[in-house]
Amino acid sequence: MTIKVNKFKCGYCGACVSVCLPGALELVETWIEVDDSCTSCGICAKICPVGAIEVSR
Amino acid sequence: MKDQYDVIVIGAGPGGSSAAKAAAEKGLSVLMIEKRQEIGDPVRCAEGVSKVWLRKHIEPDHRWICADVKGSRIFSPDGSMIEMAEEIAGGEVGYVLERKIFDRALACESAKAGADVMVKTRATGLIIEDHFVRGVKLMHLGEEREIRSKVVIGADGVESKVGRWAGIDTSLKPKDIETCAQFLMSGTGIDQNYCYFYLGNEIAPSGYIWVFPKGQGLANVGIGILGSKSGKKHAIDYLKEFVAKKFPDAKVLEIDVGGVPVSGSIDKTIANGLMLVGDAARQSDPITGGGIINAMEAGKMAGEVAFEAISKNDVSTATLGLYEKKWRQKIGMDIDNSLIVKDIFTGFTDKEIDSLAHSLEGVNFSSMSLLDLLYALFKANKKLLWDLRVLFKNVVKYELDFER
Ligand SMILES: Cc1cc2nc3c(=O)[nH]c(=O)nc-3n(C[C@H](O)[C@H](O)[C@H](O)COP(=O)(O)OP(=O)(O)OC[C@H]3O[C@@H](n4cnc5c(N)ncnc54)[C@H](O)[C@@H]3O)c2cc1C
Ligand code: SF4
Ligand code: SF4
Repeated sequence: MTIKVNKFKCGYCGACVSVCLPGALELVETWIEVDDSCTSCGICAKICPVGAIEVSR
Repeated sequence: MKDQYDVIVIGAGPGGSSAAKAAAEKGLSVLMIEKRQEIGDPVRCAEGVSKVWLRKHIEPDHRWICADVKGSRIFSPDGSMIEMAEEIAGGEVGYVLERKIFDRALACESAKAGADVMVKTRATGLIIEDHFVRGVKLMHLGEEREIRSKVVIGADGVESKVGRWAGIDTSLKPKDIETCAQFLMSGTGIDQNYCYFYLGNEIAPSGYIWVFPKGQGLANVGIGILGSKSGKKHAIDYLKEFVAKKFPDAKVLEIDVGGVPVSGSIDKTIANGLMLVGDAARQSDPITGGGIINAMEAGKMAGEVAFEAISKNDVSTATLGLYEKKWRQKIGMDIDNSLIVKDIFTGFTDKEIDSLAHSLEGVNFSSMSLLDLLYALFKANKKLLWDLRVLFKNVVKYELDFER
């Protein structure tokens, strides 16, 4: 289970990282990395200010 | 590069730089690390700050002040305007900053005080031994390293991981975050003397749109909506709609996005050998989303408490609890009061917001604090604002006639 971040839309703000309960996300410098603790809950996709995240199940 | 410091500060925002400066001024050896290659960029801020509070930390400098505002104009959904002089809205307006330069200037202050600074250096974990945080694992230009310290200060912003690494759950729920987007625009034609706020669930569900002057005809035009209201439409979609209607001819020179914690104060901001400050400790104001000053206040306190703890040779929560006590006293009360106000106001319909605005017609704001303003609102709308009464309970000057 994971998500897809559209790096062309993402503004690397880190908002998604703050709402991810299992801590699957990391804002490195100008990109988001996802690890395999992602449960595809969709919260990050919901709150991303620019809608850059798509959940894949 | 040394491999041992008294204090390591993670994150070079206003919180981190204030902590690093305070600790270095006390004579501690301090390292501040920042994962970005440029401190302060990209901006995730509307850049409004209270003059009075700012001056407590740093002498205002024209290099990072873009505009000096005289007041705020707040528009309810039907267009009714409430105008407040600077002193009242003072919480969040006063100066509009250039954060890219401001944040770097603060980092420079901490460097001048003696702190070492490393950019493009990301904390990837903590060194934890015998239930004590004893340093930081980091990645510098692709190389992993460990640096030890007596105290770690986590000032790593909204995306903070430092607390989580030490077992403090700082994750936010969608209703605990305002999700924001902003355009820096030219050609809006606004009066540069005012900050503008637009309320309404149609245009900004459980949030607001702001227009802050940035000098030379520029303005920060931004929006924050409550995370729980985001989804089908995102912050940027609402912003585009507003701008298309309000400023069809203005040009976008920069896009900023970000999230502001509006959870109110969290239960725990310390662990053995660790303190959290600023957005990492969720210390931003739940109504305004302002967090620069709170981060600086908390940063300074944390730097000073680090010194006390290290001098006493006790960096356990027993001593670091002093930081927790201090920040809750100084800024925690306001944060919690704001949370009460936020929870009430985010539940209102547009009609209710309009009627609140109308109830203030004819009220003279010239010498009011924000609390006075809320009290005026409360008196005129007791039924709607009944839950606000707790704010006034302990303030002697308000005659409490708690009849609904
Ligand atoms: C759209 C928007 C508008 C806002 N408007 C205002 C406003 O008008 N007035 C106001 O007062 N506040 C405003 N705020 C809030 C304000 O920006 C923050 O509260 C403030 O920046 C918090 O300061 P800080 O030092 O805690 O964190 P930040 O300024 O976020 O700094 C944290 C730093 O830590 C770094 N970092 C993170 N993780 C790591 C790591 N693992 N290793 C190394 N470095 C790391 C980050 O790169 C960053 O530089 C706004 C916020 C947003 C999103
Ligand atoms: S919230 Fe959206 S814009 Fe911000 S870092 Fe995450 S994916 Fe990128
Ligand atoms: S979908 Fe849920 S678990 Fe996966 S990264 Fe997003 S917030 Fe985290």
